[in-house]
Amino acid sequence: MAQLMLRQMQRKQSGTITAVKIGGELGRRIREMGLVPGTKITIQGRAPLYDPVALRVMGGTLTLRNNEADFIEVEIP
Amino acid sequence: MPTQAKIALAGNPNSGKTTLFNELTGSRQHVGNYPGVTVEKKEGYYLVDESRITIVDLPGTYSLTAYSVEEVVARDFLANEKPAAVINITDASNLERNLYLTCQFLELGIPLVIALNMIDVAKTRGIAIDHDKLSALLGVPVIPIIARSGKGTADLMRKAVAVAKEERNWQPIHISYGEDLDATLLEMQDKIEKENFLTEVYPARWVAMKYLEQDSQILEIGRRQNVSLSQELEAMEKTVSDHLLKTMETYPEAMIADHRYGFIKSILIQDVINQRFDEDRLYISDRIDKLVTNRFLGPLIMFGVLFGLYKFTFTFSEIPLGFMETFFTWLGGIVDRILPDGQLKSLFLSGIIDGVGGVLGFVPLIMFMFFGIAILEDSGYLARAAFMMDRIFRIFGLHGSSVMPFIVSGGIAGGCAVPGVLATRTLRSRKERLATLLTVSFMNCGAKVPVLALLTAVFFSENQARVLFLLTLLAWAVALLVAKFLRLTVLSGKSTPFVMELPPYRFPTFKGLLIHTWERTWQYIKKAGTVILGISILLWAMMTYPGLPATERDAFEQQRQNIVSSYAIEIAQAHQQTDNVDSSPAALEEQSKLIAIDGAQAEAALRFSLAGRIGTWLENITWLTGFDWRTNIALLGGFAAKEIIISTLGTAYSLGEVDPEETGFLRETLANNPLWNPAMGMALIAFIMFYTPCFATVICIVREAGSWKWGLFSMVFNTFFAFTLAALIYRLALFMGFGG
Repeated sequence: MAQLMLRQMQRKQSGTITAVKIGGELGRRIREMGLVPGTKITIQGRAPLYDPVALRVMGGTLTLRNNEADFIEVEIP
Repeated sequence: MPTQAKIALAGNPNSGKTTLFNELTGSRQHVGNYPGVTVEKKEGYYLVDESRITIVDLPGTYSLTAYSVEEVVARDFLANEKPAAVINITDASNLERNLYLTCQFLELGIPLVIALNMIDVAKTRGIAIDHDKLSALLGVPVIPIIARSGKGTADLMRKAVAVAKEERNWQPIHISYGEDLDATLLEMQDKIEKENFLTEVYPARWVAMKYLEQDSQILEIGRRQNVSLSQELEAMEKTVSDHLLKTMETYPEAMIADHRYGFIKSILIQDVINQRFDEDRLYISDRIDKLVTNRFLGPLIMFGVLFGLYKFTFTFSEIPLGFMETFFTWLGGIVDRILPDGQLKSLFLSGIIDGVGGVLGFVPLIMFMFFGIAILEDSGYLARAAFMMDRIFRIFGLHGSSVMPFIVSGGIAGGCAVPGVLATRTLRSRKERLATLLTVSFMNCGAKVPVLALLTAVFFSENQARVLFLLTLLAWAVALLVAKFLRLTVLSGKSTPFVMELPPYRFPTFKGLLIHTWERTWQYIKKAGTVILGISILLWAMMTYPGLPATERDAFEQQRQNIVSSYAIEIAQAHQQTDNVDSSPAALEEQSKLIAIDGAQAEAALRFSLAGRIGTWLENITWLTGFDWRTNIALLGGFAAKEIIISTLGTAYSLGEVDPEETGFLRETLANNPLWNPAMGMALIAFIMFYTPCFATVICIVREAGSWKWGLFSMVFNTFFAFTLAALIYRLALFMGFGG
C-alpha cells in the first residue's frame, strides 16, 4: 500500500482514489465525472507531450491535465 | 393529457441523446436559442395516438450545477417550465457515471423515465443489467433501448406518455449526505418551508442543498427574494462547512458528490449489474486509441485526418460552388440584357446579385465542413485531437479543441473563417471559445491568398513560394500570441477544467449527419444571410454614390466621341478592304483608347464616391504606413470580401475590374509605381493579413458570441492591431533602406 498523487502514476498502473483535495469548479468537474474516493482507476496513457493523461474509470475513459491530477490522491496496492 | 404535453430529453453528452431525439422526431424538429444565451434549443414533435407531444432536447450535461451555461439552461427549463415528464437517457455500458445526473433528477423529484441506451454495446462488453430491479430500487420506470436502430423507443414513449398523463406532483427523494449535512439540511428545509422561500419553483430540500453547494445562481435569486433568510442560510452553511473542513478536511459540495456516488453504488451492488469480464479489459476502441494517440503516430495521423477534412471540404465544395457561379453569371447576363444601363442595373448586378452570390457562396463550404466535422465529432475522434493538442494550445490560453477552427479558417492556407467561426461550437468552455472565435480570422483564408499572391509577386517575385509559406507561419504565430494577449486581458481568467470524456469510437449514423449538417447550414442562411446581403448592398452604395457630376460625365463622353470621330475615316477605309473590321489596326487602337477612357472614368467615379472620399480622407492617417487613397479604398472594399481588394485596386488604377485569377497587368502597374516600394509592400501584406475580418465573418462572430460587442471588438481591435503593426514595419523598413 502506497499513497501517491495521480500525476506520479505510470502507464497501466491501477489504484483507488483516496482523496480529491480541491473544491470549486475544478473539484466539481472532477467529482461529477466519477473521480471520488473509493473509485478504482487505471492509467491508460498520456498525450504525445506527456500531458494530459487518460484514465480508465468505471468502464469509460477520462482525460485530465497533469496540474488537475495533482489534486487527486491515489492508493496503490 | 393535453395534446401539447411537453416531455424533456436529458442526459450526459455521448449517451446517445441526439440520436434518440432524431429517431423520435425525425425531420419534425426546430432549432432555436434559449433567450439570452448561445445554447441551442431543439424542439421536435412526436405523434402518438393522434396527440402531438413536444419533445425538448436539453443540452447534454453531467450535472445540474450553476458552473456552465448548459447546466443552468437545463435546470431552469425543468424548474420553470415543469415538463410533464423527463426522459433521462443513460449509456448502459457506462451506467454508474450516468446515474450521477439521474440522482439529481430524483432529488428534484421530477417525473422521470430512464432510457437504458446501447444495451447491445453493454451486452458485447459482458455487462448484463437487471432493468426491472433497477426500476424497483430507483422507483422510476427503466426501459432498455437501442436509439440507433430505434429498438425499444416505441415502448419508451408509451411509458413516458403514461407518466406524463399521471400529472403527479414532484416527489423528491432524500439521499443521506452524512450526519452533519443531514442535520443542517433538515433545519434549513424547515426554515425554507416556513417562509415559502423559492418553493413555488423548487422543492425546499433542493434549495437547502443548493445553499450547501454554494450554488451561485440560487444564492443570487435567494438574496433578491429574501435577504434576511438568505443570510441566515448562508451562515448555517458557513458553520457546517467550517466544521467539515476542521474534522474531515472536506467541503459540503464534495460530501454531497461523494454520497451521491455512494447511493449509486449501493443500488448497483444489489445485483443490478452483472459484469462478466474484467472492467479494464481492452475493447476495439482502446486498441484504436493505442495507435491513434501513440506518441509518434498520433500527431501524424491527426495531421493526416485534419488535412483530409480540409481537402474534403474545400475540394468538394468547389463543385456546387462552380454550379452556383455559373448560375449567377447567367442571371447577371439576363439582368444585363433586360435592364437599361444605369443605377438600377448597377444595384441589381453589383449590389443584389453579388450580395446573394456572396451569401450563398459560403453555403457549400459550410455544408461540407459541418458534414466532415460531424463525422469526426460523432465518431469520437475530435476528442482525441483535443487530447493530443491541448498541451500546446493551453500555453496560449486556448483549449485542445481549438485546433479544428484554426485549421478550417486557413491554418492550412486557403480555408475560410466563416465555417471556422461556426466550428468553434465544439468548444465547451466560454473564454477559450471566445479567444478562438476572435483569432481564427488572422489565418490566411482563401480570399486573402490571391491578394497575398499578387503582392508577393510584385515585391518578392524571386522566392514567392517561400514567402507565402512564411506568411502562413506568421499567421499562426500572430493568432496564437493575440489569443494569449486576449486571455491575459479582456478574457482573463483561469482555464476551464479539461476533465473530459474520451467516448468509445462509434460509426456515425447517416441520418444524424444529414440532420446536423442541414441544421447548421439553414441557420447560417437564415440568420447571417439576410444581414450579409444588407451590408453588401450598403457597401455597393458607398462605392457608387454620389455619382460623378453631370459636367464630368459629359467631359468623358466628349472624349469618347472625339476618339470615335478621329478614327471614323480610317475605319470606313478598313471597311472597304476587309469584312473583319474589328481586327483592323485602326479599330483595335480605337478600342484600346475607349477602354482607357472607361477606366479613367471608373477611377474618377470611385474617387468621387463616399468610399473614395473616405479613402482620400484616410490618407491623413495612412501616411504612417505608406498607403495612398487608392490602396485605402481597396482595403475598404476588402471588408466585403478580401479578394475584392484586387478588383478595387484595378478600378482605382484605371484598369477596370481586375479578375483575381488574372492579375498580370495590375502586377506590372504596381511594380512600376514608385509609391509601391518594398517597405510599403511589407506593411500592406501585414495589414491585409490582420485587419478587420470580412463582414460575413463579423456577422458570424456576433451570432456565435451572442452579442454585437464582440463583432465590433473584432473589427476595431484587429484593424488597430494591424495598423500599428503595418506602421512599425513600414517605418522600420524605410529606416533599413527598403523604401527605394
